[in-house]
Amino acid sequence: MDRNRVQQIGFALLTLSAIAVVAPILIVIGIILVEGARAISWEFFFSMPYDGMKQGGILPAIVGTLILTVGTAVAAIPVGVAGTIYLAEYAKDTWMTRAIRLAIVNLAGIPSIVYGLFGLGMFVLFLHMGTSILAGVLTLAIMTLPVIISTSEEALRAVPMEFRTVIASLGGTRWQAIRYIVLPEALPGIITGIILGLLRAAGETAPILFTVAAFYLPRLPQSPFDQVMALPYHLYVISTQVPGMPFSVQYGTALVLLILVLSMNVAATVLRSYFRRRRQW
Amino acid sequence: MWQNWALSLYNKISQRPGRRRAGSSETAGKPWTEFFIESTIRVLGFSTIGFVLLIFFFLLKEGLPVLWEVSPGNLFGIRWYPTFDIFGTLPLILGSAYVTIAAIAIALPLGVTTAVFIREAAPDWAREILKPLIEVLAGIPSVVLGFFGMHVIAPLVRTTLHVPTGLTAFTGAVLLAYMSLPTIISVAEDALDSVPKSYRDAALAMGATHWQTIWRVIVPAARSGVAVAVMLGMGRAIGETMAVMMVTGNAARMPLSLGSLFMPVRTMTATVAAEMGEVANGSVHYHALFGIGIILFILTFIINILAASAIFKKRQKGGLR
Repeated sequence: MDRNRVQQIGFALLTLSAIAVVAPILIVIGIILVEGARAISWEFFFSMPYDGMKQGGILPAIVGTLILTVGTAVAAIPVGVAGTIYLAEYAKDTWMTRAIRLAIVNLAGIPSIVYGLFGLGMFVLFLHMGTSILAGVLTLAIMTLPVIISTSEEALRAVPMEFRTVIASLGGTRWQAIRYIVLPEALPGIITGIILGLLRAAGETAPILFTVAAFYLPRLPQSPFDQVMALPYHLYVISTQVPGMPFSVQYGTALVLLILVLSMNVAATVLRSYFRRRRQW
Repeated sequence: MWQNWALSLYNKISQRPGRRRAGSSETAGKPWTEFFIESTIRVLGFSTIGFVLLIFFFLLKEGLPVLWEVSPGNLFGIRWYPTFDIFGTLPLILGSAYVTIAAIAIALPLGVTTAVFIREAAPDWAREILKPLIEVLAGIPSVVLGFFGMHVIAPLVRTTLHVPTGLTAFTGAVLLAYMSLPTIISVAEDALDSVPKSYRDAALAMGATHWQTIWRVIVPAARSGVAVAVMLGMGRAIGETMAVMMVTGNAARMPLSLGSLFMPVRTMTATVAAEMGEVANGSVHYHALFGIGIILFILTFIINILAASAIFKKRQKGGLR
């Protein structure tokens, strides 16, 4: 066969393959959007479930997921940002630094269910936190650390070296360079990393299975030692554990979770591209 | 412009106590606030190592007892019936391996061709659509994909393949393939990107078509990077829990033939997730589930070390290839 013909056919196949990758994504989102839209109402968002979760809304699950996400942010951001600053600004290329990088790669690769086991073993049982928001948040925070650190480190490294040397030439210290130049310039990248990390925390089920998630708890939590319902676990429960669950409620829950996660995703993407365009150096 | 900027910066700094003023000795050191901040940063910088060690320690603490509570013959047997104190982990390990390999068999060709398409053949507008969509795929929670798999893919598998249930290893593999695609595509893209331009120029100058250049020069030159992509994709697939648990049917049987692809299977992750809620803390079953956690930890640890060392090595030689 003529080799130009081969090339034409080949490129057509490549296109097909790319379509095979993205078309299912659109189908998943489309089906959940269409089916889930039927369940969406004010009542669905703002009321307690009743009648074995078949009736009413999913307020406690939404609030639970928001609490877990905010809690994870509070716990993970200081450690994540400090870890990033250390790696990007202070660490020299020693075996210890390489060990830190290896640890980050490994934290990123540990299966989410293993985080769940760890949270159960350490926070719930060993530290006697019980099945609680605190235990769940700490577990999720450790899981999000590698995402925050690896994304923010890129942002810090993108700040040109000259900015730091200028500060030094003005008599500033290394910390001042970080505080007044590097961090403000890298802030959008850091926020992107934080959003990407929290997005993972908001959508994960396995780490919260044994650390915080409640099967059915139609009230809002009162203290950090309460259990909460959470959207991902709730979706798992109503789609596998409760017989006779109306489809609309299942799809509605999936839709709320999907919209929450996708909006964080879009926020991260928009933020990144906006600041990339605005950047003048 | 530039001078104004530097001046305003100077003013900002000079109001702070950290500046070394003229006349003060160099050895006076930093003010204690700065010392405190930097020390905190250093300590927190090392915390990631601590977390990995803590995770491993607690897995060992809760999981190792299973080694003397259950005989080795039982532990590596071919049956997992915890209610009868039969803890054969082999069907679970093989179940995970089976689903993972099937997933990679689907994801590798799709992922590499898509990466090639994005880097080599796609017009700009297609790239602008593809990349964010793939990022969206990476962000969809696994429980949502599992839910979709249960309600849409599984019935489809059942009716088109005429099997008794749609909750099969194959259904799980399809979901896992798509879940590992974002990883595989982005790493493979980096690998293709780092092939020196001179390779391409040389091939084209020799009269090769773009197509021949891609498959005989660029992709082979990027093969170790593609191998890293596959490894990271495998790591993702082995550790995936919710989607797999929801669509694979969870029957703990030995998947030994090709036909097992269309039968239910049970993975390590699904076993832990499904059973941990029902066991008494400190029981043999509880220790056995943590034992599975140890296996998962070590497996992903090895995969990530291999992938990371390949990446580090390539970085030193200039780019991931």
